[in-house]
Amino acid sequence: MAKCSDTVILNLWHPVGAIAEAAPGAVQETVLLEERLSFQVGVDGEPVVWRSRPDARGADQVPAADRLPARGAYGYVWTSLGSPPADLFPIPEYAEPDRRRLNAATFGVNVSAPRAIENFLDMGHFPYVHTDILGAEPHTEVKEYDVEISVDRDEILATRCRFFQPMASTASDGGADVDYVYRVPHPYCSVLYKSSPVDESRRDVIAIFLQPLDQEHVRAHLLLCVLDENSEDKVIKRFQQTIFGQDKPILENQFPKRLPLDPRAETPIRADKSAIAYRRWLSQKGVTYGVIPAAA
Amino acid sequence: MLEEARSRWHPIAAAHDLPFRHVFHGQLLGREFAVWRADDGYVNIWENRCLHRGVRLSIGINDGRELKCQYHGWRYSNRTAGCTYIPAHPADAPARTITNRTFPAVERYGLVWSSEEPLGEVPDVAGLAEGKLLALRGIAVNAPADQVVERLKAYRFQPNGAIDGDAAETLIEAAQDFAVALRSRDGAAETLGVFFVQPADSNRSVIRGVLDRDAEGSAHIAVLRHHNERLSRLRDEAERDMANAPAPAPIEPVYERVSAELAEMPELTAHGRKAALRVTVARKWQTADGIAGFELRPIKGILPTFQPGAHIDVHMPNGEIRQYSITNGPGETDSFVIGVKLERDSKGGSKCMHETVREGDVLAISEPRNNFPLRRDAIKTIFVAGGIGITPLLAMAQALNNQELTHELHYFAQGEEHLAFADRLRALGDALKPHLGFSPDETGAELRRVLTGYRNGMHLYICGPGPMLEAARKIAAEQGWPDSAVHFEYFKNTNKIDDSSSFEVALARSCVTLQVPAGKTILQVMRESGIDVPSSCEQGACGTCMATVIEGEPDHQDVYLNDAERKAGTKIMTCVSRAKSARLVLDI
Repeated sequence: MAKCSDTVILNLWHPVGAIAEAAPGAVQETVLLEERLSFQVGVDGEPVVWRSRPDARGADQVPAADRLPARGAYGYVWTSLGSPPADLFPIPEYAEPDRRRLNAATFGVNVSAPRAIENFLDMGHFPYVHTDILGAEPHTEVKEYDVEISVDRDEILATRCRFFQPMASTASDGGADVDYVYRVPHPYCSVLYKSSPVDESRRDVIAIFLQPLDQEHVRAHLLLCVLDENSEDKVIKRFQQTIFGQDKPILENQFPKRLPLDPRAETPIRADKSAIAYRRWLSQKGVTYGVIPAAA
Repeated sequence: MLEEARSRWHPIAAAHDLPFRHVFHGQLLGREFAVWRADDGYVNIWENRCLHRGVRLSIGINDGRELKCQYHGWRYSNRTAGCTYIPAHPADAPARTITNRTFPAVERYGLVWSSEEPLGEVPDVAGLAEGKLLALRGIAVNAPADQVVERLKAYRFQPNGAIDGDAAETLIEAAQDFAVALRSRDGAAETLGVFFVQPADSNRSVIRGVLDRDAEGSAHIAVLRHHNERLSRLRDEAERDMANAPAPAPIEPVYERVSAELAEMPELTAHGRKAALRVTVARKWQTADGIAGFELRPIKGILPTFQPGAHIDVHMPNGEIRQYSITNGPGETDSFVIGVKLERDSKGGSKCMHETVREGDVLAISEPRNNFPLRRDAIKTIFVAGGIGITPLLAMAQALNNQELTHELHYFAQGEEHLAFADRLRALGDALKPHLGFSPDETGAELRRVLTGYRNGMHLYICGPGPMLEAARKIAAEQGWPDSAVHFEYFKNTNKIDDSSSFEVALARSCVTLQVPAGKTILQVMRESGIDVPSSCEQGACGTCMATVIEGEPDHQDVYLNDAERKAGTKIMTCVSRAKSARLVLDI
């Protein structure tokens, strides 16, 4: 497989690792878009990223000209192999002081980044893949919801999403509809807002940031930014890891692994409105990496 | 060679690879298959992708009748591979044409054979009579098929009768591109082994050996072990050689595109009152007093996919057309079973079916149409059947029974001898609640009891004679059932149709305006103008000819719409209903 030549993707910011899991001063090795990268987070929390080379054992041995763009955001180190925009997409809730913010997991998944995004946007699989957690038969209906592509923000927004969840909150023992809002502000990143079980007026934020190793392999970084003062970190993480562990085997059994953008490659239903919008958006942007572009 | 291989039959599994309710992952020339045997014995070989989002169906669930995708629970029917249910939209019947790609399946010599584009039949193999053959375990080899065939020519084994010996002489009896037949002799013992090589991919093959006879008990195990050891050795040698050579590129299977109409999930396509299918009456029997059962089998090919609640039009020898519900359970796709009640005042429909039509006769039927779709997201479903109204509800109850969803089937009939399809009813177990010999008043009282305790999330389906159906709807409304939870199907429209009005109909999408005079229906006028609109009962009962009203006030004369739908005024049955306003604009 050729290295990435898709300039849309090359010019994006991409996550390469959780800051909390990088020991200060230690060099981490990773892969982004088929290139080997090294990064190091300084004691000041500032990351340095460079293309791996045998002569550099630490950031201080890498001349400034050879460093890649780098920044820390939402608990992760981000970099780019091209010319990234000045700003990363906003998640204002991340700054709210009473939220728990943590990297719930980083999972290797044998699938393209866009397939993983579609799975993140999808509610119809809750009763089948996350049985008795996010959904349960016979409550299988995906009710009508709204999707728009926001022009000024250049992101997909799905609102009025509702899905029946058994044990929806700790306060009641029955199931209820849970509200979701989904954003796709980046071809390989998505953010969801979900009714908080502890505060009716606010929403938990869960984001997925996909690090494309190549067209058909990703590392999925899961950010949690939730209202929960009681649970231990490991309990919160374990929940998300259970959910993602259920999605992983499904994602790895999807064919083709790259996301087909030809509308006739697969059969959409109304429940897939957000996925249809996502595929169109990728087509309009001219994304070719991790997808099978529609024949012109 | 591989190009030519596409038109040949190849073994893709052993029959023993398809145990009860398993889904086997097969591969041929780079294309993956989901292979599964339904409880009725039929072997399905399908493209290994759900049409929805490309998830492998080999990780799906075989419930004996249907294959369910793990990702979103889409159900695909035995034999037809048509999608019968999409759980995300429980109130909609899936478009009939969502059908997975199927490949032919033939069981022979203990193996399952298939082909991408077969020419001719599965090969006859001299020396392998059907009967006590022994299919060996398939041995997968990471090497091209032609190299595996070359190695098999030098394969040596002991005949079954001298499995512990070592003096056998093995001779090549025949060798072809994808098979080698070897005969082994040791003294008086002799075994013919035919070794087929399945080209799974450019660099992957499966050796499927078949011996001309089986052995009993421990000898059977010894024979299997003997070949397993020797073929495994052959594999190891072949793979060791291949390790030094560059592997050929894997074959990229070509996935067919879905049709343009499915890519947008539109309304069902329009079709007139056509009888595209020819079936024979495979069985006709008395299933209850006054009710004849008919089992209709296709003359050629397979029947289209149906969903519970669907009906077919039966075109009778006397020219009459009648609608009958399909009573089949899920996955029973080799025939359609219908029940026909002899009407006392029959105008020729049921009388013809009872008296004229015999086993072996050919009938023309329409494709199944579903205007009475079953939701499967109810916390509990109640079916109320009166008499022959059992037929669509029986199909529905069997579907819920198969999925273990909570339901009750209340079957009102004059007596035990009037209960139709006893074998199917029996399989429903405790969910079946017969109510026998009740007067109309007693029926009302019983319905009041049955319909108490409505809770949000419950659904009610009613089918039966008009007066009983009216009573049940009224009682349900009194007991707090909202219109949206009550679903019904009338046998016929007994309303007196008033066709005295005349008005104008504008068809928005067709860009034509038509005059509907007194004495003609909207449907007739549209047809006369060459606009093809689907229809079935043409008396306002079945819902097939329903159109969307964009503007104007409909004069409803049908029995398909419920009160809320009538009041909304957005739908119209074009076969009987008319306009109160001078003009109607329809979305046609």
